[in-house]
Amino acid sequence: MNIVVCVKQTPDTAATVTVEGGQVSWGDSPLVLNPWDEYAVEQALRTKEAHGGHVTAISLGPESAKDALKQALAMGCDEAILISDPALAAADSLATAQVLASAVRKLDPPDLIFFGKASVDSASGLTFAQTARVLGRPLLSQVAAVNLVDPDGGSISVERLLPEGREVVEAGLPAVVSVTKEINEPRYPSFMGIRKASKAEIPTWDIGALGMDSAPKAKVAWPEIFAIALESTSCEMIEGETPDAMAAKLADRLLEEKVL
Amino acid sequence: MDFALTEEHEMVRKMVHDFAQKEVRPTIKEWDIKHAMDPQVLPRMGELGILGICIPVRYGGQGMDYISLGLACEELEAVDTTLRVVMSVHMGLNSMALLQWGTEDQKQRFLVPQAKGEKIAAFGLTEPGAGSDVAGMHSTAKRDGEEYVINGEKMWISLATKADHFLWVAVTDPGADDPHEGMTAFVVEADRDGVTSGDIHDKMGVRAGSTGWVNCQDVRIPVANRLGEEGEGFKIAMSCLDNGRYTVAAGATGLIRACLEASVKYANERTTFGKAISRHQLVQQKIARMVQDYEAARLLYLRAGWMKNKGARNTRETSLAKWYATDASFEAAAEAVQVHGAYGYSAEFDVERYLRNSKGAVIYEGTSEIHTLIQAGYALGMRTNADLRCELPAYAPDVWQAEPETAAAS
Repeated sequence: MNIVVCVKQTPDTAATVTVEGGQVSWGDSPLVLNPWDEYAVEQALRTKEAHGGHVTAISLGPESAKDALKQALAMGCDEAILISDPALAAADSLATAQVLASAVRKLDPPDLIFFGKASVDSASGLTFAQTARVLGRPLLSQVAAVNLVDPDGGSISVERLLPEGREVVEAGLPAVVSVTKEINEPRYPSFMGIRKASKAEIPTWDIGALGMDSAPKAKVAWPEIFAIALESTSCEMIEGETPDAMAAKLADRLLEEKVL
Repeated sequence: MDFALTEEHEMVRKMVHDFAQKEVRPTIKEWDIKHAMDPQVLPRMGELGILGICIPVRYGGQGMDYISLGLACEELEAVDTTLRVVMSVHMGLNSMALLQWGTEDQKQRFLVPQAKGEKIAAFGLTEPGAGSDVAGMHSTAKRDGEEYVINGEKMWISLATKADHFLWVAVTDPGADDPHEGMTAFVVEADRDGVTSGDIHDKMGVRAGSTGWVNCQDVRIPVANRLGEEGEGFKIAMSCLDNGRYTVAAGATGLIRACLEASVKYANERTTFGKAISRHQLVQQKIARMVQDYEAARLLYLRAGWMKNKGARNTRETSLAKWYATDASFEAAAEAVQVHGAYGYSAEFDVERYLRNSKGAVIYEGTSEIHTLIQAGYALGMRTNADLRCELPAYAPDVWQAEPETAAAS
């Protein structure tokens, strides 16, 4: 199977994010492979391990985003491609989707395209849906389990995680799948993978290489960003001899606080 | 001169960091209180390749360099000392000795399964009555045809009840003029008749690990289990310490970092006299000192690792790194408890465990006093490095990473 996984480089979730002069800053916090995307990479690798094939990781971002791609390679992806162009610096989710779709079209046609459910930085959670739309492929979002992939029959059956429960959905291949953290436990890179990744030369594709005449224009801009006032919270441990006693105490406290 | 870690090193560091933080940190306090080792730790370290990190691929290892070993130890001890102790005995004191001194047959029989994590290895030098005074040991090995018969007891042995293979040093020539030349090293398998072991409880620290005694009562091992020549045991043991101490130095550096991180976090949260305690200069002084010690200790162990990679003898540099880092980690842990005040004295915070764990390392693998004498000895010209018949091989990426078939063909 031909599998593509779209990833993003984000600040580490432990980063202290501040807003200065209407711009977001995470200081010198390390940049990592978007934690949600680790689940997508893992699922891509598991699909390949079950059915054979080739996994390509692609990312839109600055030169530094190669580090995130190297993490994907170290986990076991076969190939990685960075899409980078100064004209894309202000890309919104739709422009990103158009660029990713152009990149996918340049590759051998994939059977499955995996995404994480969102990025931990801008967190729009839109890019996967817009990419599916631009490519004209079915979208399976909020996927918490893959029940069956049938490459010969050209179909996939998944469980979507909804607030009410789980929903079983089938789609024809090729399809776009965005996964939640319930789907798997991402592996650590292996030492052999680390060696392979550190030696890998990751090609960079710019707008021209994608065959696009110009960078897609962003329709959404964030001219200024405000930091919201922090709400002060405190944590109170409810203790008790038995679960029942603890529950009773908890209920009393919730009533007292007028939560219930 | 280049102080930069390679991309490969950074990825190794992150991988080991993520493992320790995600899989060990959440439950380590409970295991420490239980005085027991999490049964998942050794199998997971084996699966992930950490137990064979710097052993060539053709011997079942991962083919990384000695600096990667140091970085792994730093990350492991930043979570708990017991994790790093595994690397000290399994890798530093045993597997690396097999790489350095072992015959091809010994490497195939012992090193390959150890590097794959299928067998766990430990080191038996210290005895109930012989620590710093190695030559005072009572363990004996008597040649009997094609076998040796081992008798004696080893004490304070890390992984005593977990290990499958012990590197065991015993006296083979009690009449030697210099008792150091009467010792020989062996590999003793834990499943041989006459081998018994047990853990020591009620230790001050490293409670989530295994530390114990191992006894040999008329244990028969084939001559093929002798590591090196007869009479070479002391030299082999000292060369093992060059590697074990390296892991201790790197680990203690991680412990200083853990103390620093815990102290910074707490100092920014806790307020006294109307401001965060991080705004008080005497707290700042403690934190500044931890920064100073962390960075100095790190440079010292990385230099030792760099020398190992080059194949340069590093007895002096490794001793210095171990001495400095362990003394500094004990001090950092004590000060981290002080920064936390009364809370630091309770098991609610990690720093009391850090303090208990840090004390062992200024005793084992050369007490701080022994390292003081070693450093003075070098400075005063009273000590030089004797040549070894087998040196630790320099790191050669192509050779280390070659698959067994390729390696055999070349």
